[in-house]
Amino acid sequence: MSECKAVSNIDFTKVKPYGDTLNDGKVQMSFTLPIPAGEEANEAARQLMQKMGFEEPAVVYFKDLGIDYTYFVMYANCSATIDYTTIEVPKVDIEFMSMEGVEEFIEEKIGRDVVIVGACTGTDAHTVGIDAIMNMKGFDHHFGLERYKGMQAYNLGSQVPNEELIAKAVELKADAILVSQVVTQKNVHIPNMTELIEMLEAEGLRDKMVVICGGPRVSHELAQELGYDAGFGPGSYANHVATFVVNEIVERGLI
Amino acid sequence: MKSKLNLDQSVVDSARTAAGRIADDVQKFIDVHTTVTVERTVCRLLGIDGVDDIEIPLPNVVVDNIKEGGGLGKGAAYWLGCAVLETKLDTQAIAEKVSAGELDLTKVNAVSSDEAYAAILPTAEKTVARIKGNREKREELLKTVGEGPKPYLYVIVATGNIHEDVVQAQAAAKQGADIIAVIRTTAQSLLDYVPYGATTEGFGGTYATQENFRIMRKALDDIAEETGKYCRLCNYCSGLCMPEIAAMGALERLDVMLNDAIYGILFRDINMQRTFVDQYFSRIINAYAGIIINTGEDNYLTTADAYEEGYTVLASQLLNEQFGLRAGLSNEQLGLGHAFEMEPGLENGFLYELSQALMAREIFPDAPLKYMPPTKYMTGNIFRGHVQDALFNLIAIWSKQSLQLLGMLTEAIHTPHLQDRYLSIENASYIFNNARDLGDEVCYKEGGIIQTHANMVVGKANELLCSIEKDGMFATIEKGAFGGVKRPLDGGKGLDGVTAKDEGYFNPFIDLMLDELEVGGVR
Repeated sequence: MSECKAVSNIDFTKVKPYGDTLNDGKVQMSFTLPIPAGEEANEAARQLMQKMGFEEPAVVYFKDLGIDYTYFVMYANCSATIDYTTIEVPKVDIEFMSMEGVEEFIEEKIGRDVVIVGACTGTDAHTVGIDAIMNMKGFDHHFGLERYKGMQAYNLGSQVPNEELIAKAVELKADAILVSQVVTQKNVHIPNMTELIEMLEAEGLRDKMVVICGGPRVSHELAQELGYDAGFGPGSYANHVATFVVNEIVERGLI
Repeated sequence: MKSKLNLDQSVVDSARTAAGRIADDVQKFIDVHTTVTVERTVCRLLGIDGVDDIEIPLPNVVVDNIKEGGGLGKGAAYWLGCAVLETKLDTQAIAEKVSAGELDLTKVNAVSSDEAYAAILPTAEKTVARIKGNREKREELLKTVGEGPKPYLYVIVATGNIHEDVVQAQAAAKQGADIIAVIRTTAQSLLDYVPYGATTEGFGGTYATQENFRIMRKALDDIAEETGKYCRLCNYCSGLCMPEIAAMGALERLDVMLNDAIYGILFRDINMQRTFVDQYFSRIINAYAGIIINTGEDNYLTTADAYEEGYTVLASQLLNEQFGLRAGLSNEQLGLGHAFEMEPGLENGFLYELSQALMAREIFPDAPLKYMPPTKYMTGNIFRGHVQDALFNLIAIWSKQSLQLLGMLTEAIHTPHLQDRYLSIENASYIFNNARDLGDEVCYKEGGIIQTHANMVVGKANELLCSIEKDGMFATIEKGAFGGVKRPLDGGKGLDGVTAKDEGYFNPFIDLMLDELEVGGVR
């Protein structure tokens, strides 16, 4: 837990939102209700927020969206509090190395090329995530895995069926598989991600590889629940993934 | 008109000429080949519709039957012509007989191509007349109901359920949208058939079906009186069924179609031979139906860097232009694509974006350019996202873009919610009105950042096109010149659906439609 520098008298067992005064509970919210704009609509929006447990809800802006649906921007005070001291979140808990750090680690502790196969699987056609991690150029000034010395990275692209991904991983003797899932509408990614793990287990490959997933709606917790070694969400870069992979290889004796 | 960017016209001309020669070279391949989806399109246009008892569309049943009989090289129209003469039935009844296993098309009495052509021509002419009627109806509505000023406000709906899409689309039209695109469900581009009927289940979008097209067209027509303008409808004429979607759109009066000559090869791993043959017929249909096509160059910038590889966008626009003109599209139908995708941290990034947008406008003065919003660097910080979209809108009005695909502040989070679309329309309307004539007021510094960048991009595009002309289009794609994606000549999906035309092959729709269109392009 990090020390709060602004105000020292925060009760971390009863935390609530901050607007401009500690514990004012200020929350901004916007949503649409399927009712026509008017005073009744504003009152409905206020009462709805009260039902959610908010105090003093205020409609600061509303607009009829053209089909007798109304959009609201609202402020209210949150009455609920949270005990921050008891929060526990599973996450990839390692010291991340830089690209150069990973390269040295591979040379010293693995002594051969690390092979990584990645793809955007199932029906997903959005390669922005896997490209950011794998492609030479990388993302946001973090080079991708293709650039790493001591690493052979294969980005299979979009809409790769799980069978094909596994076949390629076997053919290339991959140490690690990366799966990217960007389209998560209606949870379409869950069965697809589950299928990959089931297939790897059926083939007896699961323990021989580091299996990782990533995407804007993927958390480490979800990943572990589905049987992956790690999950990388927004804000992850190639060096995070690379650090995890090379550590796992050494720890699990996959050298 | 003098170039405000001080572009070297001789370099532009050189690039365009190279693109024209490349297109001619590929056209030689296109002219002697057909594909399963081209032939299924012929079936659809000859009135074959519906599905069999296991949901296989009858156009697929018919073409599979011809393919199994080894007759695809003659074309579906030939065999249907023979069958009409033998059975005296109409094409739909013939398709139903094939489906029931009562008729094998390649076993019917084979007549001469001329006789088969004559037998099928009246049916073909009827469909062509219907498509022409749709085009005239659109022109009439644009005149009587009216339309909004350019840039057209272009928004997407993507609920997966056509009936929910209607709610969202009508709301967007009432808020001021000029074009509604119904995003397709993920992976439809890789289906080698078009689903049938109204659909309510899709992921990240809604199935493109003829019935869904009809439902949405009617919904938008129904509110035109109230909004005081004709709202254009857009869908995706891409993937393995490119010409079939074009046919469906032409029959149901869609107005705009995503329709790129190269996109499917690069981003959907569809075989390049298949794509080039498919795009040609699809574009003839779009040309005849008066549809504005949108090309997909913006996609390159989601994988490649917008500053460093902006020239590949221009090169591809010139190629799409030349392929398009060869398929009878007019300049006014060529919605060439580009995008606002520079990294927000880039110093003077706005100037480079402006430079590239102005450059596209100068090089394609009559094209309804399609400008795509930032997506790659949208983060989930909706407030910054709204600012990024505002800068994008400012460049659009400044550089006179034509089709403005509105950015959503919630890009990278979810497909747009009802209020997201309202906020983006409000953002664009505000800026377009507030800065309407900005572009006419401004000149650019001689040799400044904006002029220099534009000339650099044109120069590099010219170099790329000259090298493609030397190596050939197919070899260039194999080497990964566009979007950094490499695709082999014999790789990708759909290659087994490509076949060489036999002696006596005919496609009556190419003949009838091209007869009334002007085929252009730099030669």
